[in-house]
Amino acid sequence: MDWGALRDYLGGVNKHSTSVGKVWLTVLFIFRIMILVVAAEKVWGDEQKDFVCNTLQPGCRNVCYDHFFPISHIRLWALQLIFVSTPALLVAMHVAYRRQEKNQQFGNGEKIDIEELEDEKVHIRGPLWWTYTSSIFFRLIFEAVFMYVFYYMYDGYQMPRLLKCNAWPCPNVVDCFVSRPTEKTTFTIFMLAVSGICMMLNLAELCYLVIKICMKEPRKTT
Amino acid sequence: MNWAGLYTVLSGVNRHSTAIGRIWLSVIFIFRIMVLVVAAESVWGDEKSAFTCNTQQPGCNSVCYDHFFPISHIRLWALQLILVTTPALLVAMHVAYQQHQEKKLLVLTGHADAKHMEEVKKHKMRISGSLWWTYVCSVVFRLLFEAVFMYIFYMLYPGYQMMRLVKCEAYPCPNTVDCFISRPTEKTIFTVFMLVTSSICIVLNMAELVYLVVRACARRSQHNSNPSSGKSSFYGHKHSSEYKQNEINQLLTEQDGSLKDMLRRNSGLQEKGDRCSAC
Repeated sequence: MDWGALRDYLGGVNKHSTSVGKVWLTVLFIFRIMILVVAAEKVWGDEQKDFVCNTLQPGCRNVCYDHFFPISHIRLWALQLIFVSTPALLVAMHVAYRRQEKNQQFGNGEKIDIEELEDEKVHIRGPLWWTYTSSIFFRLIFEAVFMYVFYYMYDGYQMPRLLKCNAWPCPNVVDCFVSRPTEKTTFTIFMLAVSGICMMLNLAELCYLVIKICMKEPRKTT
Repeated sequence: MNWAGLYTVLSGVNRHSTAIGRIWLSVIFIFRIMVLVVAAESVWGDEKSAFTCNTQQPGCNSVCYDHFFPISHIRLWALQLILVTTPALLVAMHVAYQQHQEKKLLVLTGHADAKHMEEVKKHKMRISGSLWWTYVCSVVFRLLFEAVFMYIFYMLYPGYQMMRLVKCEAYPCPNTVDCFISRPTEKTIFTVFMLVTSSICIVLNMAELVYLVVRACARRSQHNSNPSSGKSSFYGHKHSSEYKQNEINQLLTEQDGSLKDMLRRNSGLQEKGDRCSAC
């Protein structure tokens, strides 16, 4: 069960999304998940091994690494991507439920073509509109929360080259050097920028859905 | 055979589960198995190589690591996930057995064409009769395994927090030696995360159990308050296709109501009264 399986899980949702939703899903998979897997994981691969402190004191390096990196960027991004993609499953479940209801109608003798049933794009209206809007809302919330967690944990988005550590058992204050700080800063900013783009896409989708429903309402009443 | 293989095996069960069962399966695959594979395994990846003791004594490192970590968190979670997902296979086996019975019946009653056979494979089994008991047992086993593993975790690693420093005096370490664990905070975060998702799964399983019991009681009270449904209203007619339907219904008396529904749909006949008397 890895990112490929998540892509298969979510691929079905793509059919029932708006065009903005489809763009968002593509950005998520290509510019975030793929970059994480093919590039970022290698950059952070030796983060602890090459975290070097200016001391021979056993245990000091471990303790200082743990103090400055309570949770690694890579893991935080992995959790962020999992949480951000999961609300789409609410939509998938709702669509599956609607399909099941239609299947039961077919079971009661009404004539509905089976092929039409499976290929038909479900229109986003009624209770499905609410599920879809809630899923976008949750995506936005999760993105914002993770961006804040990043900012709070790492005091901004830049990776320092040198950290000064005096946690026990380090004797006095010890200089510790982070491996590949510039490359890490580059990728952090990249992931931040793509996260910002995803948030904008989600906001645009939200506005689009609200405007669509508002335009339908006056048409109904006139 | 890896997690993807398990996913393939279990996704077939999904079709015959309740809605809560499907949510449970999604939580297991996305928030537990996937997090384990993409995140937790790399956190624990260097647990032994970065376990450092303040001594030059050969063997002390290995002995202390072994003393404090008899079985790694990652392996315990893998075992837990495998044991917790396997009871669903009981349901899969029972469903396969019922489908086999339905196919046999179709052959007996002369409906053994390709279309009916396909429909046997595709239609969702109703969770009633013996399948209900199998399903309930599988949910109870899931609950049991989750609880047992949470207890094992608590016993092996008192509390759920990973220490930064452990003091070790196992032979051949000279006196008491300080040993430092790698990434203790990150490990604590993931331990707490997996604990929370495990609790969510326990709550979902309990909700599913309650739902199944309540539904069975509701069906039973509906059946008790409506005894004139089913076969008895059927025997008045002399029409030959309805006699044929009688025959089929008699054969199907002990079977699950879903096959009756299927045949009824296809022969275009309507049975009077309530559908399932065998539920």
